[in-house]
Amino acid sequence: MSKNTELTYTKKDFSSDQEVKWCPGCGDYAILSAIQTALTQIGRKREEIVFVSGIGCSSRFPYYMNTYGYHTIHGRAPAVASGLKTANPSLSVWVITGDGDSLSIGGNHLIHAIRRNIDMNIVLFNNEIYGLTKGQYSPTTQQGQITKSTPYGSLDRPFSPAKLAFGASATFIARTLDTDSKHMQEVMLEAESHRGTSFIEIYQNCVIFNDGCHSSYVDKQSREDHSIVLTHGKPMIFGSEIKKGIILDHLTPKVVELGETYTEGDCLIHDKTNEMLASLLVAMDANKAMPKLYGVLYAVNDVIYNEQVAAQVAEVKAKKGPADFHKLLNSGDTWHIE
Amino acid sequence: MSTLTEVESVVVRFSGDSGDGMQLTGNQFSNTSAMMGNDIATFPDYPAEIRAPQGTIAGVSGFQIHFGSREIFTPGDATDMLVAFNPAALKVNLKDLKKGGTLLVNSDAFTDSKIAKAGFEVNPLESGELEGYQVIKVPMDSQTIEALKEIDLDTKSKKRCKNFYALGMTYFLYHRDMKTTLQWMEHKFSDHPQLLLANQSAMKAGAHFAETLEEVVSTYKVSSAKIDPGTYRQINGNTSTAWGFIRAAQAAKLPLFLGSYPITPASDILHELSKYKEFDVKTFQAEDEIAGICAAMGAGLAGSLAITTSSGPGIGLKGEAIGLAISYEMPLVIVNVQRGGPSTGLPTKTEQSDLFQAFYGRNGDAPLVIVAASRPNDCFHMAYEASRLALEHMTPVIMLTDGYIANGTEPWKIPDVDAHYADIKHKMLDPTTVDTENWSWISRDPKTHVRDWAIPGMPGLEHRIGGLEKDFTTGNVSYDPANHQKMSNIRQAKIEAVSENIPLQELEGESSGDLLIISWGGTYGAVEMAMRALQKEGKKVSLIHLRYINPMPKNVGEVIKNFKKVIVPELNMGQMVHLINAKFGCNAIGFNKVEGLPFKIAELHAAFTQALNEV
Repeated sequence: MSKNTELTYTKKDFSSDQEVKWCPGCGDYAILSAIQTALTQIGRKREEIVFVSGIGCSSRFPYYMNTYGYHTIHGRAPAVASGLKTANPSLSVWVITGDGDSLSIGGNHLIHAIRRNIDMNIVLFNNEIYGLTKGQYSPTTQQGQITKSTPYGSLDRPFSPAKLAFGASATFIARTLDTDSKHMQEVMLEAESHRGTSFIEIYQNCVIFNDGCHSSYVDKQSREDHSIVLTHGKPMIFGSEIKKGIILDHLTPKVVELGETYTEGDCLIHDKTNEMLASLLVAMDANKAMPKLYGVLYAVNDVIYNEQVAAQVAEVKAKKGPADFHKLLNSGDTWHIE
Repeated sequence: MSTLTEVESVVVRFSGDSGDGMQLTGNQFSNTSAMMGNDIATFPDYPAEIRAPQGTIAGVSGFQIHFGSREIFTPGDATDMLVAFNPAALKVNLKDLKKGGTLLVNSDAFTDSKIAKAGFEVNPLESGELEGYQVIKVPMDSQTIEALKEIDLDTKSKKRCKNFYALGMTYFLYHRDMKTTLQWMEHKFSDHPQLLLANQSAMKAGAHFAETLEEVVSTYKVSSAKIDPGTYRQINGNTSTAWGFIRAAQAAKLPLFLGSYPITPASDILHELSKYKEFDVKTFQAEDEIAGICAAMGAGLAGSLAITTSSGPGIGLKGEAIGLAISYEMPLVIVNVQRGGPSTGLPTKTEQSDLFQAFYGRNGDAPLVIVAASRPNDCFHMAYEASRLALEHMTPVIMLTDGYIANGTEPWKIPDVDAHYADIKHKMLDPTTVDTENWSWISRDPKTHVRDWAIPGMPGLEHRIGGLEKDFTTGNVSYDPANHQKMSNIRQAKIEAVSENIPLQELEGESSGDLLIISWGGTYGAVEMAMRALQKEGKKVSLIHLRYINPMPKNVGEVIKNFKKVIVPELNMGQMVHLINAKFGCNAIGFNKVEGLPFKIAELHAAFTQALNEV
């Protein structure tokens, strides 16, 4: 859909009249605010925007948005959104989900929505815990972590959401963080302009059940030393006082200090359209010893399911001519009784 | 020279290995009979495995056709003629062949190993156990190959024409015109001139051969049936269902969206609907049953007529989403083509055991509308009705059919759709006429309790709906105790109010008497025939066959009061009888069977007679 440049919404236009009921200090507040602000810039009318969610703390999101909104059932939001977008491709469709909702009970729908490349935005709030059910481990909880349901430590190997999305043939993979409103907005805008499924993981803090789970790479004081903000066409460098960069050692990305041995020129240049590089980045991102990645990891164009469905309908209509139910009823062998 | 005997109706069963083309052969026989003016009913009976081991009992595939010069309601209890392509087919089907009936066997298939594989200790063609039947032994493989010796084809391909050799023989025996099948072959094998020639030649050779046979003591003529004037076609239940939805979407002026996942015996509805994109039909083969219904719901929220199709196990998976559709109060049709259960059960066999699932298969008090089709061509009407009720009442509707009527074929008098299937008044708003300031998505019609339908894209009507309980007035999330009671009441009342928008229950027979039969769903044909036979005997028996199951027509209770006894025949362990007794307190008795097969007229006749004797 083309951008409507005459719209003059403010953030408030996207706030519903409902009182927001997340815990004080929850990362969700910042995400809500960033998305509401981003929506003022996407050039879409309010009535054309739909938020669909599953079950969990994050999934209460649609209630707070003054758009069309559907709070569905646990894990199934991508499936509902797939039908919605396929039936009416002119809508701007946003799926709001959490790590339990999308990676555990709804894993199947997530990978298939991504595989079909349905033109919608899937925003995953990852706090590495089940919040609404009060503190059980999730598919992204770190191994060994003590939770309500793992008093001796979690045994499960966690998912890396970006790696999973890449494996499901995602055409857009991005990561942002609840402590950086500006970055969240930039990522949302780029996701909305991407044609196809945009998969966005947000590091989100659960202040009650998993406080500080992301702190080393999201807190302002330590962030710069533990994460890289990816920019298309720019070298992968990071670090506050000591500048570091990522070089490729055979097939393995490696952190090096920049100075005499290595310079900026030796570092990997980010190319969001390069599939091979993306495979390295999602693997690197899943490695705890490596810095976390922010920004758009991968963005390419591919065929879009909802567009193909519409095209096929148009093609058949053009080929077969106007639909005639009488013709259908009388198709094949018929006989007449006097 | 054989004599010609005129008969009222005949039942023929073709049976062989699942790779022998039995469904195709049976379909040709039934098409030809319909084209010749007979009334017909068919019953395909095939194994769950696509190609079970050759020659085994498990691999037997059959197709039964009942054709007559009078109204035909069922594929028939017992067969007048059995065509058995191998010993296993004979083993499985002999018990259903009438004494004195005609048995056409492929003697080439009666080798020692195949005889043993079928479980016979000695060759049944030689043991004398077929005495009392009119046995026609024909070495079909070798004779077909011989008949096609001039044709340039490999022997294996020639052998595969034997089903048409046998069909040619049956056409001669029952004076069927070969024209329809010959024409069909021209179309089917248009790209393979050798195969066309081979199949046509095999069928003609079979017919000629039958003419020369001494064993053929009589041929049979079945005159055209006296049928309502009009144009007819054949249709099976799944096609009929699909077309009903296409027509309903047209009548409602909405696009149609099917979200579905393949499952026996419902997949044919998906196949059928996927063909008709020119009717604004979108079909979405989802990653699982849950995604099937959820995608349909998404499309429904966007303003399509939303359908999901499945069978019992799939409906189980959809349960939570059905509850959400009830909570949303949104239009949605859920089709359950019932099969034998529980669990995977008997995928290719018929049953009516998902009635309780339709009523109660969800958490919470979750009422919805339930309808059931009575025969293959009624699926069109009930699919249309299910859609109409869903759209006019903003509610999910479960439509029950079953494997028997889904795959069964019968003639269908093509309805005047412009007169009878043309107008569905859905609840979608025109946003320009709405006072958006004072509008709430949950505002209701005071009489029907039905809410408005506002969809994304409509300015000023943005709203949020969820599965959490909603405030009666604002539609916002509410945990208020009194409100939950009120909302539960209104959801119930809304479904009950549907009874004002469905026809009164028809009664077949006198309005009072000794025995009232209450049946529902796909058993109609057999129950109707059994009841007619009893009425001819002078018995005071009447029938109500339910198609609107929840809510039921308003007059059902009144009808029941005028009978001394009520019997409810069902292909389950007693579900409708339980509901009838709970609702009307009438001490109805059940007659139940769960063998994966439809009722036979004779067993119903016996059960009804016994009930009458106990009055």
